[in-house]
Amino acid sequence: MARVLTVKHMNRCIACYSCMLACTRTVSGRFSLAASAIQIRTRGGLQSKLAADVCLGCAEPACAAACPPEALRPRPGGGVRFTRARCDGCGACVAACIARVIRMDPEDDRPIVCVQCGACAKYCPHDILEMAAVREGGA
Amino acid sequence: MVPEERVLNILHLDLDRLSWKKETRADLGDYLGGVGLASKLFAERWRPTMRPLDPEQPVVLAIGPLSTVFPLVTKTAAVFHSPLTGEWGESYAGMRLALALRFAGWDALVITGRAAQPVYASVAPDRVSFRDARGLWGLSTEETGRILREWEAGRGHRSIIRIGPAGERGVAFAGVNVDTYRHFGRLGLGAVFGAKNLKALAAYGDKNFPIPDRKAYRAVYDEVFRRAVNTGLLEKYHGLGTAGNIMVLDGLGALPTRNLRQSRFEHAARISGEAFAKQTLLRKLACPGCPVGCIHIGLYRRRFDTGHEYESTALAYDHELIYALGSLLGIGETDGVYALIEKVELLGLDAITSGVLLAWATEALEKGLLSADELEVRLAFGEPEGYLAALDRVVGQPNDLYRTLARGLEAAAHTYGGRDFALTLGGHEMAGYHTGYGFLLGQAVGARHSHLCNAGYAADQDLGPDFDAGVLVDRLIAEEKWRQVLNSLCICLFGRGLWDRETVRAALECLGIEAGGSFLTDLGDRIFRLKNKVKREMGFDFGTLRFPRRCLETPTLQGRLDEAVLKDLLKRYIAKAGV
Repeated sequence: MARVLTVKHMNRCIACYSCMLACTRTVSGRFSLAASAIQIRTRGGLQSKLAADVCLGCAEPACAAACPPEALRPRPGGGVRFTRARCDGCGACVAACIARVIRMDPEDDRPIVCVQCGACAKYCPHDILEMAAVREGGA
Repeated sequence: MVPEERVLNILHLDLDRLSWKKETRADLGDYLGGVGLASKLFAERWRPTMRPLDPEQPVVLAIGPLSTVFPLVTKTAAVFHSPLTGEWGESYAGMRLALALRFAGWDALVITGRAAQPVYASVAPDRVSFRDARGLWGLSTEETGRILREWEAGRGHRSIIRIGPAGERGVAFAGVNVDTYRHFGRLGLGAVFGAKNLKALAAYGDKNFPIPDRKAYRAVYDEVFRRAVNTGLLEKYHGLGTAGNIMVLDGLGALPTRNLRQSRFEHAARISGEAFAKQTLLRKLACPGCPVGCIHIGLYRRRFDTGHEYESTALAYDHELIYALGSLLGIGETDGVYALIEKVELLGLDAITSGVLLAWATEALEKGLLSADELEVRLAFGEPEGYLAALDRVVGQPNDLYRTLARGLEAAAHTYGGRDFALTLGGHEMAGYHTGYGFLLGQAVGARHSHLCNAGYAADQDLGPDFDAGVLVDRLIAEEKWRQVLNSLCICLFGRGLWDRETVRAALECLGIEAGGSFLTDLGDRIFRLKNKVKREMGFDFGTLRFPRRCLETPTLQGRLDEAVLKDLLKRYIAKAGV
């Protein structure tokens, strides 16, 4: 069964950002934080908790529904598949994502989309991230 | 050698004019980055005829080519003219500054001049803005950070470094707080910022960089990551953190206690890493790019009124803080140590120097060298309240005594006496390892008079009491030269075991930087010589080094030390170092 990225134990996060660096290194061959599909952030300074913005792996993804050229299509098991060649950079997916995790990559004006590869989870030293089957009825 | 096309981006901030310019340097690649680059840029710009706090004296901040690109490469190096020792100033900080500078596209920042009024600088890719910070002047480091977070972009990925009242008021051992939990602590960078009217500096960038050799990069990255996470090499830092040293050093008879009247502390277990962890540990944090998470955050909780009235703060603790603000002051409970940690954090002071200074002052008061009236507060080993009040006065400087204390311990002992029990080495307050000859000599001769120059404490533990003098001296010199390489790359020294020469070479080669042959050895030697040359120009003289008598009276893990042996070691060092 296809699995999607899930945040299991956010309180264990040490903000090492290994997940973000793994995402960009693996998916786009770049050294970058901004181009990562997962974003770890503070909620308000380092005395606060940390938060992970990740693709929710929606079973019926609004981003795909909003995409006019169908560059984003629902992925069996949750989340979306992105066909770069179809994308015209309109940004409708950005507006549609309820979790606000899709952003445009300033480098090529295309969305940064989680491909559910699990590279981020593999490099998390505290097993905070996990690839899991999407919940019934959506994310 | 490094490829000729490796161009470094240097950002110059001119606070006189509130202007900035970008300089690209193709001639500095051989220095790699970090302390090598910063030392070179500092040496180009510093003015021998001017004093440390003269506005023209530069501050250089630098990262290295591997910064954040590889695990445990997390530090930013700072080089400046120290107002504490009057000579070489060098300090390192973790957290997010290196990450932010990397993604803002800057290899180094050179800051000169003095703003007409307090400002803070916001550094972004190809852009710097200055903002009027008069309203922030006088605020604590915490409140300053809170306000700047409202202004700055890049939540969670930016860096906000700032000074507290101590830096503003020119306390010679004021530090710069970095992202709440880390610091450029030692040698007074905070006072230099204050003299420049620079309250804070924020950095953020969203640049990205192609990886030239993805396959090789992944192989090196994965190996370092695996060794950091899945082997025992860094277990100490994953587990108790540096605070684990307290019980180890106490067991060895090497934990400075009550101004080093003792080298064992009967209450060590109550302020041990184990006690802090069990009673107070909230969570751990990491510098970006490091999977270890050595930053231990504890809960300091105290009742402020009858009933269920509690306030609490989350504070980072480490060995050096527990030593300087704990055992050295005879404080044997975590709450007392936390109260002092919080105070030095908010005021923006260096924790080690603060503790060593107060320990001396306690003894000087006992011996009648200091006037109780002028001191205004009661200082007694084991009692935090007096120390808390004294630290406020060191910053506020209400009288001549406190104005002198604000210049550091060397100045205080010079004025009031008590040099025999003033724990300074090369003018710098000693770190928390009374291990023996290696530590004493190492901190005294190290370029910045720090235990991080050449790890003499480790040499003492490895070589034991029957060491060979030549071996010890060779080891200190070799270690200091190799650390120039690690610090040019800005590798966290906790991770030095992972970053051997071969790993360093392989990592650099992934980025197209050839570092084979004798390049790394030559680099370490070159920076070592450059630093010592500038130090000499600043007035440093090996011949004037002194070792406090107290350090010779109180037994170390090597037993009681012999002054003649120490002098012989120094003589050997001077002859062999060749500087």
